[in-house]
Amino acid sequence: MSKKMIVIAETKDGELRNVSFESIAAAKKITPDGEVVGLICGAEDASNLGQELIYYGADRVITVTNEKMKSYTSEGYGQAILSVVEEESPDGIVMGHTSIGKDLSPKLASKLDTGLISDAVDVEVIGDQIVFTRPIYSGKAFEKKIITDGITFVTIRPNNITALEKDESRTGNVSSKDVDIKDLRTIVKEVVRKASEGVDLSEAKVVVAGGRGVKSADGFKPLYELADVLGGAVGASRGACDADYCDYSLQIGQTGKVVTPDLYIAVGISGAIQHLAGMSNSKVIVAINKDPEANIFNIADYGIVGDLFEVIPMLIEELKKVAVS
Amino acid sequence: MNIYVLLKRTFDTEEKIVVSNGQISDDSAEFIINPYDEYAVEEAIVQRDKHGGEVTVITIGKEESEKQLRTALAMGADKAVLINTEEDLEDGDQYSTAKILEAYFEDKDVDLILAGNVAIDEASGQVGPRLAELLNIPYVTTITSLNIDDKVVSIEKDVEGDVEVIETSLPLLVTCQQGLNEPRYPSLPGIMKAKKKPLDELELDDLDIDEEDVEAKTRTIEIFLPPEKQAGRVLNGELKDQVTELVSLLKNEAKVL
Repeated sequence: MSKKMIVIAETKDGELRNVSFESIAAAKKITPDGEVVGLICGAEDASNLGQELIYYGADRVITVTNEKMKSYTSEGYGQAILSVVEEESPDGIVMGHTSIGKDLSPKLASKLDTGLISDAVDVEVIGDQIVFTRPIYSGKAFEKKIITDGITFVTIRPNNITALEKDESRTGNVSSKDVDIKDLRTIVKEVVRKASEGVDLSEAKVVVAGGRGVKSADGFKPLYELADVLGGAVGASRGACDADYCDYSLQIGQTGKVVTPDLYIAVGISGAIQHLAGMSNSKVIVAINKDPEANIFNIADYGIVGDLFEVIPMLIEELKKVAVS
Repeated sequence: MNIYVLLKRTFDTEEKIVVSNGQISDDSAEFIINPYDEYAVEEAIVQRDKHGGEVTVITIGKEESEKQLRTALAMGADKAVLINTEEDLEDGDQYSTAKILEAYFEDKDVDLILAGNVAIDEASGQVGPRLAELLNIPYVTTITSLNIDDKVVSIEKDVEGDVEVIETSLPLLVTCQQGLNEPRYPSLPGIMKAKKKPLDELELDDLDIDEEDVEAKTRTIEIFLPPEKQAGRVLNGELKDQVTELVSLLKNEAKVL
């Protein structure tokens, strides 16, 4: 069945986020023969980014530009997207389950009077049903879910659905559209940068996470260095956040973020069930802990029993060698 | 100020999940207030103490949810409402919940609604924004600071680790993120007082809702557990050699480097 899907793309620091390419792949899975229309909202011309979406599998791209979308607000983006949806009347919408996706999708679903599947990690077409898989209880279990009324609307979790190969021979139309945006009731006054430069925790391919065993805020420094060598991000257990070693925005677990990187290195983390819920679906898990009885070793693929302050510098050293060779 | 808190009863975070007959088994499970909703209850109490008014805590669910409502009352909320859907609604989803709440709020004069940013069970985070949309009031999700100064509301919002400073106005719906506050434990006098505080129970009939009006728009067709993770290899030997072996394993066996 040929369908039209809209993919709401997202940019960060002027670049498209990887989850937007993954969203295109998800839309293609839903309708292999259908049309995938990329949509980019913002305050600046995004035609070059539109081209990028085409390379990653979009058939056509619409960019919407308006001064009032300089910062993301659900109201500004909501009005712009709804006006495109009205014009295009798609069979479905896909976007990333990011900070913006989580904030915006329920509003759109409510306006469009449709069901919404949040945070899907997989999508498959079985007969005439589109079936989504999503974690529940922070990944302690999974459910398969379908939409029974309204258009197919889904947000996908970063890092789970593989983006299509970039193909620079692909072509497609990139058009721009003007929209009216009424006065906004919420205004973003300022953005204070606190997250570590570069890699976002939820999208990182490698996560180095520290627990109480790291002992202090200073103790996190070698972890940042290790993450840096691996091109990854730093996370933490609740214990480390409660002890003020790091900011709550780094917390991984049942309260906090749920991550599924290719490589998760747990450093000085004992492995409470709440923490495991947030990371146990990572592809490869390494545990480094002084205590050989620590629960984290029960789910780790590889473990080293030892003092993290000895092990981490050695590991950094060794990884640098590999990178050079 | 009329302050409302949306609260959900969830499994204790300590609980292991067991699936039997295709359903999550809650046989011997312990239940708690959804941890993010605790931040909402705490913040509601703090704001009321600052600006005056009343805090009403609402939940949708079954009889058993009374326990979590009493806990919120013991923390300091003034009133509680249980919308009991046990007999009427079999498989509601976030759409159903938002529609029921819309009906509840229809004749209420609302200044501020607080909810958790997500429930740790189904984790969709949809109900708050959906409800705000239905009530046509602005909303801000994942807030870590809330300051109400007459008509101007200043908010700090967590955006993947960065902080957005937002200005908006009442009436308003917010969803609460970790870092917003430190929820208090109910005190003994608080627990005694909570027993006498009003806890109303409503059914869909009382809200003039037909079951069909709030019928879910999504359906769960299967629930399953992830494959059990096998314990892997704890390396042996000199620490230095272990590290070398680990890097080699990550590169050649796991192929993640």
